[in-house]
Amino acid sequence: MSTSAPRFAGQNSSVHRLQSPVEKPEQERKPQRTPITQYWYLLPAGIVFCIFVVYPLFQTFRLSVSGTDLFGSADTFVGLRNFTRLFTNPDFARILVNTALFAVYTVVPTIVISLAISLMLNRESLVNRVFRTVFALPFAYSVSAASIVFSAFFNPATGLFNEIIRQFGGSGVGWLTDERFALLSIALTTVWMNIGYNILVLLAGLGSVPEDIVEAARLDGASGLRLQHYIMIPLIRPQLFFLIVTGTIQSLESFGQIHVLTKGGPASSSTTLVYDIYLHGFANNNSNFGYASAEALVLILVVAIITVIQFGGMGRKVDVA
Amino acid sequence: MNNNRVSTLAKRGFGVLVLLLLACIVAFPVYYSFMGSVMKNTDIVSSPPRIWPEHGLTWSNIVTAVHLIPLGRQYLNSFGSTLVITASQILTSLLAGYALAIMKVRGAKIWFALFLGTMMIPGEAIIIPNYLTIASLGLRNSFIALVLPYLASGFGIFMMVTFLRQFPMELVEAARLDGCSHLRILWSIVLPLSRPAAASLAIYTFLTHWNGFLWPLLVAETPQMQTIQIGITQLQSPDDFNPGLTMAGAVMAVVPTVIIVALCQRQIVRGLTAGSSR
Repeated sequence: MSTSAPRFAGQNSSVHRLQSPVEKPEQERKPQRTPITQYWYLLPAGIVFCIFVVYPLFQTFRLSVSGTDLFGSADTFVGLRNFTRLFTNPDFARILVNTALFAVYTVVPTIVISLAISLMLNRESLVNRVFRTVFALPFAYSVSAASIVFSAFFNPATGLFNEIIRQFGGSGVGWLTDERFALLSIALTTVWMNIGYNILVLLAGLGSVPEDIVEAARLDGASGLRLQHYIMIPLIRPQLFFLIVTGTIQSLESFGQIHVLTKGGPASSSTTLVYDIYLHGFANNNSNFGYASAEALVLILVVAIITVIQFGGMGRKVDVA
Repeated sequence: MNNNRVSTLAKRGFGVLVLLLLACIVAFPVYYSFMGSVMKNTDIVSSPPRIWPEHGLTWSNIVTAVHLIPLGRQYLNSFGSTLVITASQILTSLLAGYALAIMKVRGAKIWFALFLGTMMIPGEAIIIPNYLTIASLGLRNSFIALVLPYLASGFGIFMMVTFLRQFPMELVEAARLDGCSHLRILWSIVLPLSRPAAASLAIYTFLTHWNGFLWPLLVAETPQMQTIQIGITQLQSPDDFNPGLTMAGAVMAVVPTVIIVALCQRQIVRGLTAGSSR
């Protein structure tokens, strides 16, 4: 438990306690104790977390070792059967690969494009302020709205993308109906959605780079790309790291764009882990909650590993500071 | 010297051109959706596609969309649930933040770590038990189901605690000496001074939950209880491709968030980057 944290000035009794720990324990312990009423302040959030985060976490464990009947009630204990089914299912291997590919397809281009744009936008000026707003606009698009707009672009007959290909003499592709392109098309939509957010964060990072460091580098003759490469990018490493980690986790949790654009198809070529949870648990009233919960545990594990890596990275940063 | 200035000017001009090109590409879907929602389909699907309407503008896409699905009702569902969630998260985060950062209740660090830990659990991974909880309470297809799991958030508490740790404690101590109760201090001293943090949290929470998709998709069964984000996807029909209609729906769903993003970038950044440094 925490040590005696001073609550208010004048009540810091740690000195007293050290002097007389035995003689008057009753009296001395009093200021240390938190009045029960103070815990009321934690109660609202605590109740919500208990019912909708902690309890479901245990339920996920329980469901993952349960068989579910047609109505979705977990009535039988099946041990690790859901997990053996999971890991012997060749489809599941494909789904994990899709999930990892989707993270690469979305995070790498998003970071590269937003870094390039935000480095160009760094200088404060009226023009740049207008540009910033324009680049931030995709962030306002919800996953369903963005997916609807892009599904029009992907339309094989009338969509913009195939029109462009045809202008250059090509014959167009089935963006969402071809197994080779479906996941990439969803990723393209996601990259567009995420650029705004990434640029906002990177610009905030660039804005907090101390002016004198940049000035000093300029006086030493650094300019243009050298300045960006050796000064600016290293100084916004925390923001880049943050975006890579949160972007990866976010891509693992993607659902809406897959649901609206492809429903995981064709032939599960765009099914990711979260979408497969949905397919087994909810689509067509499947109610296969046991199998889906086993998948959910895999998701929790993957996200936990990435988060631990993030905390490791943050710890290192604090040491440097 | 003069040559140098010309070359830097040229370089800057080139930079602006590149930015302009990129901005056009990134903004095109925004332009296209807004334009498409008021353009006639003959213009939208013509080949090569028209960027500018040839046959005039029309409200018929929007009118048809509103008649096809109960968009008005879904708008209310979205606004209502998002506002309730936002207000509740500010309240619960402020209360918890006050207890952890200012009263420093016993075990504050442990409580804080526990609350933070809830951020690590992906919502999608625990959605099945949450769905079952809502179902067993008989709350499926209700307004309560839309908001109940989101009345508190680990991120909100994280933001409030981080903010309140820098709170001028002298103010609190002085008020305590004057015999103020904690609730009174929270209400008349801490709350007014927390407005910047509360505003950032409010904008962030509003954007997140206005755009929510999976949970409303699961718990809202009838069109009457669905949110606008789910509603607009009903405008997509696999056999009858009608881009004007779907654009009209998409635009209606993004108007509130486009306004927020255009006006409140600074606060958004403050909210978004709360986790990125320190």
